[in-house]
Amino acid sequence: MAVTEVHFQYQTRRQEEPPAEKDEPSTSWRRSTASGLSRRELLATTAVWLFFSTTSARALIVKGNLPWAPNAGAPPRPVRPGPWVYFTPEEGAAVEALVDRLIPPDPQTPGGKDAGCAVFIDRQLAGPYGSHEGLYMRGPFAEGTPEQGLQSPVTPAERYRQSLVALDNYCRATYGTPFARLSDDQKDKVISGLEQGSAKLNGANAQVFFEQLLTNTQEGFFADPVYGGNRDMVGWKMIGFPGARYDYRDWVERHNERYPLPPVGITGRPEWVSKGN
Amino acid sequence: MARKLPATDVVIIGLGWTGSILAHELTGAGLSVVAIERGPWRDTATDFPTTYAQDELRYHIRHDLFLRPAQETMTFRNNASQTALPIRTWGAFMPPNGAGGGGVHWNAQTWRFLPTDFQPRTHLTERYGAKFLPEDMTIQDWGVTYDELEPHYDKFEYLCGTSGKAGNVKGQKQAGGNPFEGPRSREYPTPPQKQPYGPTLFAQAAKEMGYSPFPQPSGNLSQGYTNPLGLTLGPCTFCGYCEWFGCGNYSKASPQTTILPSLIRRPNFEARTNCEVLKINLDKSGKRATGVTYVDTSDQEWEQPAELVLLCAFQLFNVHMLLVSGIGKPYDPGRGEGVIGRNFSHQVTSNVNAFFDGKNFNPFIASGAIGMCIDEFNGDNFDHGPHGFVGGGYMGAVQTSARPIVSTMTPPGTPRWGAAWKKAAAENYLSSYQVVTHGSCYTYRDVYCDLDPTYTDRLGRKLMRITFDFHENELKMSQYLTDRLAEIAQKMGPRQIAKRPRTGPYTIKDYQTTHTCGGAIMGTDPKASALNRYLQSWDVPNLFVMGATAFPQNAGYNPTDTVCALAYWAADAIVSRYQKTPGPLVQI
Repeated sequence: MAVTEVHFQYQTRRQEEPPAEKDEPSTSWRRSTASGLSRRELLATTAVWLFFSTTSARALIVKGNLPWAPNAGAPPRPVRPGPWVYFTPEEGAAVEALVDRLIPPDPQTPGGKDAGCAVFIDRQLAGPYGSHEGLYMRGPFAEGTPEQGLQSPVTPAERYRQSLVALDNYCRATYGTPFARLSDDQKDKVISGLEQGSAKLNGANAQVFFEQLLTNTQEGFFADPVYGGNRDMVGWKMIGFPGARYDYRDWVERHNERYPLPPVGITGRPEWVSKGN
Repeated sequence: MARKLPATDVVIIGLGWTGSILAHELTGAGLSVVAIERGPWRDTATDFPTTYAQDELRYHIRHDLFLRPAQETMTFRNNASQTALPIRTWGAFMPPNGAGGGGVHWNAQTWRFLPTDFQPRTHLTERYGAKFLPEDMTIQDWGVTYDELEPHYDKFEYLCGTSGKAGNVKGQKQAGGNPFEGPRSREYPTPPQKQPYGPTLFAQAAKEMGYSPFPQPSGNLSQGYTNPLGLTLGPCTFCGYCEWFGCGNYSKASPQTTILPSLIRRPNFEARTNCEVLKINLDKSGKRATGVTYVDTSDQEWEQPAELVLLCAFQLFNVHMLLVSGIGKPYDPGRGEGVIGRNFSHQVTSNVNAFFDGKNFNPFIASGAIGMCIDEFNGDNFDHGPHGFVGGGYMGAVQTSARPIVSTMTPPGTPRWGAAWKKAAAENYLSSYQVVTHGSCYTYRDVYCDLDPTYTDRLGRKLMRITFDFHENELKMSQYLTDRLAEIAQKMGPRQIAKRPRTGPYTIKDYQTTHTCGGAIMGTDPKASALNRYLQSWDVPNLFVMGATAFPQNAGYNPTDTVCALAYWAADAIVSRYQKTPGPLVQI
């Protein structure tokens, strides 16, 4: 059978469109989709899709030249401030209260809440991470040994939903008030109970939830601010990490000297980036 | 129903380091080559630009460049009494995906194995007696020697422009290099990288203790370099985003920076990406591969006939492909017979965290292979007689990164959250330092890969099942190496150290290295190896299998230099011998 049976469909190699956030229009990188390119541009590349398909990643023949196309990369989409995307208002209040005890404010550095850790977690849960996208989720599911790692069918988004309801129920039963309204000492006692497994959550695994929450909170505190946490790079400033810099050649042999420049993120420095929208 | 394509001379499964090397060598010899790659095409400018490549969350934490387990994974158990369960999210190792393969996101630590690493059974038996080795240890000689591989190591290092200092050129010891290494035919192509504070302190301490520290050989270059293919790499800028990341700076040796731009211009080469090979096809005799069947992203199946099939995927996927294609006898641990899946191994690493007062390491000024190491405790460089184990590893201060989500260290005893954690994180990030050991992993009768009875992939194939745990020999080795490392760390003058030797059981959750090895090993006996010394299948002579799949056991070094030296060695055998007389290159 001849190769001409293959139905070539010219397209650029853009692979995956990140989901648009609810509150903003599509942005300029979409110019790189096929409909936005002239036929001349399309033919200029020898990279061709083997088949047209609506799936996100398509088979491609590469021959003759590197398949470079303008604006074909996939930069991260900045998280915008605004209402919760995944959390309910009650869930959001509980998570803000939790992250502010896991990383409490002090005179030098804001706590988890003002650092944006709850916003970070909310946006992560609304995205691919929250739904276990790309993970192996075929059954059967079995508990397994600790060495066998993640075996639960519960996604991170589901785990937060189940655990936060259970947490508030636990706090109401124990203290007569939801978690967010407890005193700091009471909150710390509850969190320690989650960590050690002594606080039982109805319908949720307290220790698994604690581990996930702590991991996500520290991710939010130290990830690039483009994802909604580490606001004003407070996490990086606290430890002395200069962020997304790319060239330290002048400093590699300056031993035991403090690096002098402040941090930068993928979208630049805080004062360059517009705030509030 | 698969649609049949016109035949090609060579079909390559997987376009990582070995696929790129083989494609370049064989197209250079005039053969037509089609490479079929499961993942996407990737290039520097598009996929890891310096404007957003430095993203720890996306690339390290969320695994952006790696294969998705939903596409292919394995099951895992520690021993045969357990039920293996799927690896649902990656942990202990990070399977690559896409053009460039693991060469995109490696640290570029470019080590040669020791000469004795290629004959461990012969060497250790001669020195210590056969009874010194554990009864169930299955280590084997490779069937190839260091001297035979030396020209091919050299070729790969000069392709990459590797930065380092030779310790042995043609048998002459060189000051400042690794005194234990095998003889090199010439100096490294580029000088070592500059050293930050931590490696400098480590080297001082090691030297005072009588050791011979040397700079780690690095594929992140100390200066600009134009390789024999005419491709130019730039100097590393120490950004600290190497392993898990693509280099946006053209400074890290990868197929993208050293081969693909040259290869792609050859009219007798073609790559098909996002196309997944389902199986290697055999003729009725079962002794000859007729090509491969693959599926594209519209679920159309294609048959690609070829005279020669080169299996160049990541180690685990090579073994899986052989198992699902019915090539070679699957290993049976009960009888100790069969060859596909046997001698699986990984790597045994450990570290020591040191916490200092009044020091600033600027740990973020980093590169995947910048550092100072010692090799006194690797391989059989020391007398194992008093210690009751075999194997070893290098150790050193290797400043690969200090990305804050993963690398923010606190002293032992610090709470994991709250004000005390925050204070400790703030105080220790710049003034703490981690030194590491990187040790061998030998093989055992009860450690192997086979097909899982329960779980399947999205295409309906059985997943591969890994049965693996550390054995006492490796845990003793890790304890010994970590103790020696801690002595050097202590000499660096910290207020506190935390020793962290590797302990069992092996866990699939925590990252160790992506140096899984074996499963279709090379050797001299078809009953105990899947491949002959040229990486040619004993069972199907027009099939060659590349990668660490062929390692009979793992040595105390990172594998890529040896993986690629073997690829050049095999390419040379194919071009100079197999093409003239197709058939088995080793007669039994």
